[in-house]
This record gives sequence, structure tokens and C-alpha cells, in this order.
Amino acid sequence: MQVQENSQQIYEKYPRKDASCLIDMLQDVQEHFGYLPDAEMQRVARHIDIPVSRVYGVATFYNQFRFQPLGKYVIRVCRGTACHVKGSLDILRTLENELGIKAGQTSKDLRFTIETVACIGACSIAPVIAVNDEFHGGLTTKSLQKLLKSYQKNDRQSEVQHEHV
Amino acid sequence: MNTFSSTCFENCWHSAENPCPKFVTCIAQGQQCSEGNPDPKLLESLKRSLLLIEHDIPVILVGMGTCGLANGAQAVHDALKAECQVRGITVSIIPVGCMGFCAREVIVDVKLPGHPRISYCEVKKQDVPLIVETTLVHGEVLEDKLLGLYETDEQDVWTALPILDSLPFFAKQQKVNLENCGVIDPESIDQYLARGGYSALSYVVNGRTPQLTINDVLKAGLRGRGGGGFPTGKKWQFARDTQADKKYLICNADEGDPGAFMDRALLEGDPHRVVEGMIIAAYAIGASYGYIYCRAEYPLAIRRLEKTLQSAREYGLLGKNILGSGFDFDMRIKKGAGAFVCGEETALMQSIEGRRGMPRPRPPFPATAGLFGKPTVINNVETFANVTTIFKHGPDWYAGIGTETSKGTKIFALSGKVRNVGLVEVPMGVTLREIVFDIGGGVPDGGVFKAVQIGGPSGGALPESVIDTPIDYESLKQVGAMMGSGGLVVMDNSTCMVDLAKYFMTFIQSESCGKCIPCREGTKRLLEILERLTTSYRNEKTQEESLLRFQGMVYLERLASVIKDTSLCGLGQTAANPVLSTLQYFREEYEAHLYERRCPAGACRELLTYTIDTEKCTGCGVCARKCPENAIIGEKKRAHYILEDKCIRCDQCRVNCNFDAICVN
Repeated sequence: MQVQENSQQIYEKYPRKDASCLIDMLQDVQEHFGYLPDAEMQRVARHIDIPVSRVYGVATFYNQFRFQPLGKYVIRVCRGTACHVKGSLDILRTLENELGIKAGQTSKDLRFTIETVACIGACSIAPVIAVNDEFHGGLTTKSLQKLLKSYQKNDRQSEVQHEHV
Repeated sequence: MNTFSSTCFENCWHSAENPCPKFVTCIAQGQQCSEGNPDPKLLESLKRSLLLIEHDIPVILVGMGTCGLANGAQAVHDALKAECQVRGITVSIIPVGCMGFCAREVIVDVKLPGHPRISYCEVKKQDVPLIVETTLVHGEVLEDKLLGLYETDEQDVWTALPILDSLPFFAKQQKVNLENCGVIDPESIDQYLARGGYSALSYVVNGRTPQLTINDVLKAGLRGRGGGGFPTGKKWQFARDTQADKKYLICNADEGDPGAFMDRALLEGDPHRVVEGMIIAAYAIGASYGYIYCRAEYPLAIRRLEKTLQSAREYGLLGKNILGSGFDFDMRIKKGAGAFVCGEETALMQSIEGRRGMPRPRPPFPATAGLFGKPTVINNVETFANVTTIFKHGPDWYAGIGTETSKGTKIFALSGKVRNVGLVEVPMGVTLREIVFDIGGGVPDGGVFKAVQIGGPSGGALPESVIDTPIDYESLKQVGAMMGSGGLVVMDNSTCMVDLAKYFMTFIQSESCGKCIPCREGTKRLLEILERLTTSYRNEKTQEESLLRFQGMVYLERLASVIKDTSLCGLGQTAANPVLSTLQYFREEYEAHLYERRCPAGACRELLTYTIDTEKCTGCGVCARKCPENAIIGEKKRAHYILEDKCIRCDQCRVNCNFDAICVN
């Protein structure tokens, strides 16, 4: 219910029947929910007065939009040229192996999501990944494994604490 | 009086609603008022304190662009704040943009009253107490961390220290558009004004007609910095000559090229410069509304831009009746949603209109029928920064920099296998060698320079033989590359050129919008050809694959030229460039993949053979345990052996071997 109320604000921000707001609205919806739920896309379509198919068409065209919720840790692997030259493909493969998911997927326990981005813009510390908003640069497959373990450990710890509370 | 927004004496009537035409001139050249008797010292002293010439408390400036933050600038900033608080030192800590020397981040500048400004580099959180102790408490320089000294005219005990501009990284650069990046607080419009900001705008709107403005840009010879290199003045002229009730201006900040971050640095480090250039452009073409189309992946740039627009409005530099000239213009930011093709101007406009970002055929060109069907001018971030520069220094000064056909300076993002990774601004006409070796410091870790990729996925990889090519639009085209937006990625002998071509094709193929067939299908076929080159016999599903591999190479060049000739937009037309340029300069590498089935650079995994050096192997068994396929056999304490059939080339054995016994060929 809370979520419903808050998302109302998004719709109030934009004028009705103005199709040029579509992308901005979808961005706001995604920021709010973490992804684009079907119901919200229908609501956006009604608000702007365009077919849902067009909303869906736009949403699937752009890389930014997601249709599934994200994991707790979103790992963005930079696939820019500088990172590629310094071995980011190996980093991605190792990550995929370790977590058992492919780029663009979320692990079943909703802990980790792997995404690739064209360029994070931190070329000086290539190859680089960003876990949520924390950057980790100059990675090797070895240091990546260590890093992952530390996140997995932190996660377990926070969960244990949570249970105690 | 702390900001220029407060009036300097009682008769001053400047405000956002009722702006004074002389507002900027007052700040730049001292009071211009004929009414009342203003105190000239008031403005001057504010200016001097904003320029950090005269100030009472120490000022610390931390480079906090995205690259700085990635290197831990936030932690350094917080540590500085805490340390100074604990020691009871009053300082002002200002986050600034990126000064360009990314390889030496985090960069912390300290300006003590009465001393020149010094720059510390590679500062880590744990260095903070020492820096505060040495410099802020004792007023001395910590030479271990010193990068250099800002040049000053005044004599000082510190002047024997190295000057920043004399460092190899800076010596050959000519910082014009980047002059404020990393130097001023990007969120402070006052600092920008104190350094002569908005004087170009003031000069244009209060002294030049729109036509004269366009003439000046034509005279300066500015060409678009987004990649194509179309003369900016001509584009403006088309838009100006088209009659319409409304015209639009768009700033293309959808910097999608992997390995390019010039626009981001400008927007994060000196956003006012870009906004000023936009307002001048809008005045010249008669646009009433503008958009900045910025990548959503640049949250910091978007935040700073929002602040910039807000403060420009508060100062009467944006909105109605700009600087009392009667010219109205306002703009807003549109966030891109992550589609590389939206860097193409017609696709970008579709995206602003809320559609799928797909290009449309031209003509009609946007200058005649663009956004919402109205005449629209789209220029790149760097182009607008250059516009400000032209009117700040004059078109003749600007035309004096660069070569015959390419004027001014160009910013490059230098990255990859090079020592001084960073942002460099050089006059047009310098050679690639000067950038890579003199400014960039060459290839680190004993590597050998192999090629430099210029222009991102639309450009080409240039080898040592053509590295003396001067950088201008025409020369680069002649050697099979293009200016592009300005990404320069240096590669050494561990980079495989076939793999690089494959990398760019993968990128283009997934970013192709799918509207026209040559680009959608052609890039897919090109990618398949390259993938067959790097697939080992073992992984070939049918016997025909080998034949297809050879057939692919036979048709590669023809396919590339069809894509080039028949694609709808720039993305497709240049899609084959990385393949063609690598094929032109590194043909033998393609042949090694094709005929000998090996990768000379050792980068294409599938073509590698892993063997164990029996001399070096101690039989410790680590590799056998780590091997996910159980492809390593051997008795304990005896040399082990890799079964080639089972080996998946995961590299785990080599990574984990403590005796360097794994050989890769």
C-alpha cells in the first residue's frame, strides 16, 4: 500500500497525454521499484494515452530498463575498451563461474546481479567493476575471488545479525 | 559580500528578474556603473578571494570526478574533514572536478594563504594525517606525495619545487577548454565568473547580432567534436536560415563510446562552460528552448548540471531577458536510457520525443526539420565548450591554433596500456606519437607498443608505422581511422587485433538498433566470421565450419564495404572500420589465426595450447587440484602433464602455479 501511494507521486509529476515524457516516467518508475513491473507499465500507458505495446517497445529498446527485480548486490562489470585490453572478459567469466549466473541475470536467492556496462569511465584503474556504487579497480581473477568472498561473508554476517534482532 | 548575486552598492539593481546588461562586465573588468559611487575594492576583493589569491583560511581542493571517486576520493575527503576537525584547524574543503591526471589520483590540492597552490597525488586515506601535520600545521611541503606547484608570479620559498606545467604529462598540452577542470569548484558559479566566465556570453548578447556570431564561428573554423567534424558555423547557418515559430538546441552528452570520458570530465569539472556555449549557440540560431541529453550512467554530471542550470537562472544568465538583451532561452536535462545509437542525432531526437531511439534517413536534416519537426541544432559537449572559448579569446586567436583544416584544441581520453592514463588536451596537428609517448609516457611494465585505437567503435587501430600522423580530421581518415569523439586506447603486444575487432563487433552488433538490414544483419555476419577465426577445431560443431571460416575471410572485405555503403546512419556506416583497419595493418595476425590456428598475442583462449615445463614442474599437484576438468594428470613429486583434449583453457593452472611451469603457446 505504501509503495502504491508513493508511486502516485510519479504520475502527478507529469502532464497527461504527453508522450515525450515516456522515458522520464519509466526511469522514475524503475528508480522507485528497482525494475518495471507490468502493472506500472500499463498505468504509464493509460497516463500518457498510448498503447501498452508502445510503452513496452520503448522499454525493451533501451538497455537501462529491467523487467525483473535486482539482487541485493548489483555487480556492474565495465566492458569498455580500456578494460577489455586489460582483461575484463576474464573478470566477467570468473564472476559468472563463481556466481553461477550469466551477465544480465540475478541469482535465485536475489543476492547478486551481474550486469555489463559499456564504460564506467574509470579507465585509469581498469579493469574495474562496481558493486552497487562501490568501485573496485585493478582487478585480477585472483583478487576478484577474494572480493567476492568478502561480500558473501558480509552478507551472511548481516543476515545473522538480522535474525538475532 | 560573499557572492556576486548580492549587490555591491545600494544603487545596483541587478537581479534575475531584471538583469543588468553590464553584470558580467562589472565582474570581469571592474565596476561599470555610472550611477552612484560604487566601491571598486569590494568587487575586486571578492574576486581575489574566489580566485584564491587572497584568502584567510587554508583551502583544500579534492579531485572528486567519477574517476577520483572510483579511486577513493570520498574517503580521502572525509578523512581530511575529520582530521582537521580533530586538530581544530579551520579549513575550507572543496570538491573539484578531474584535473586530468587519472593515473595519479586521488589528487589533493592545498592552498595556504600567502603560498602558491600545491598538488599532492596518489593520496590515500592513511596519508591524510601526515599531510595535515606537515602542510597545514607546519606549513611545509610533503615532498613524497608532491605532484607539483601551480605556477605563480610571486616569489615564494616554495618556487624551487617542480611546476605542474613542466611535468611531461602537462608540458605538451594546451589546456584551453579544460582550463577550469580540477581547478575550480564546478558547483560555484561565482568562481566561474571570477575567472572570466560568462564574459563571452555577455559580449555576444549585448554586442553581436546573431549573424555576426555565426560569422565568428565560421571564421574560427570550429568543426564538430562529436566525431563527424562538420563545420559548426554552417550547421548553425542552416538552422538560422530556416523560418519557424520555434527552434531547438540540443547538447549531445550521450557519450557512449567505450573508453571515452572527455564529455563527462567537462560536465563534471566545468559545466558552466558548456552551458555558456549553449546559450551563445541558441542566441545565434534563435532557439528558445534547449535540451542536454546526458547519459544516465553519469549521475554526478547530471547532478552538477542541474545545479548549474539553477544557479545560472538565479543570476539572470538563463531564462527570460538574458543579461537585459531581450533574448529568452531556457533548457532542461534529459536522461538517456543507455542506447549507444542515441549518439546519432536523429535517433537522439526520437529518444527525446519518447520513442525508440532509431535514426531516420536524412535529409531533411535536423537543422531544417528536427525535434518535434522544428529546426534543431545538435552539437557535442566539447563543441559547446569550444564555442565559449572562441568568444572568450576571439575567433582569430582560435583560428591560430591547429592546422589548416582543423582548428583549435581537442581533448582525448588516453587509456589502456599507457603509463599516464588521463585526459589530455592538445592543439590539433600534434602527432599520435607525441600523445602516446611524450604525454602518455609510453607503455608500462616492459610492454611493446603495438597500436593505438582512436575513435572508439567507429575508428581504427593505428600501428607504429603511422603513429607520426598529425591529428586532424583529414589525416586520420587517410590512415583508415577517424577523429571520433576522442577516445585513445593504447595496446601493447599482449593485445590480439582479431580479438579487438571481435570486441568492437560484439559491441556494435548488440547496439545496432535493428532498423536497417545492412547494419542489423551485416554486423552479425561480420561477427560470425571473426568468431570462427577464434574458434578451435575442437569446438567446431560441423566439418563445414572450417570451410565457412575460409569463405568468411574471402567475403569479409566485400561485406564490410556493403555495410559501409548501404547503412542508414553513422553507426552502421562506420561499423566495419575496426575490422578494416586491423585487417589493413595486422593482416599477418589474421592469417595466423586462419591458417596456423594460433594467436600470436596469446589472447584468443581457444587457440592456445597449455603445456607443462617438465624442468620447472615440481609435481606439487596444485594445478591438478585446481583444474575444473581434471585435465591434468601426474604422480606426486613428478612432472605433471596436461591432456589437451580435456583442457578448456580456463587459465586456472597458470594462475595458480607457483613455479611458472605452465607454458602457453
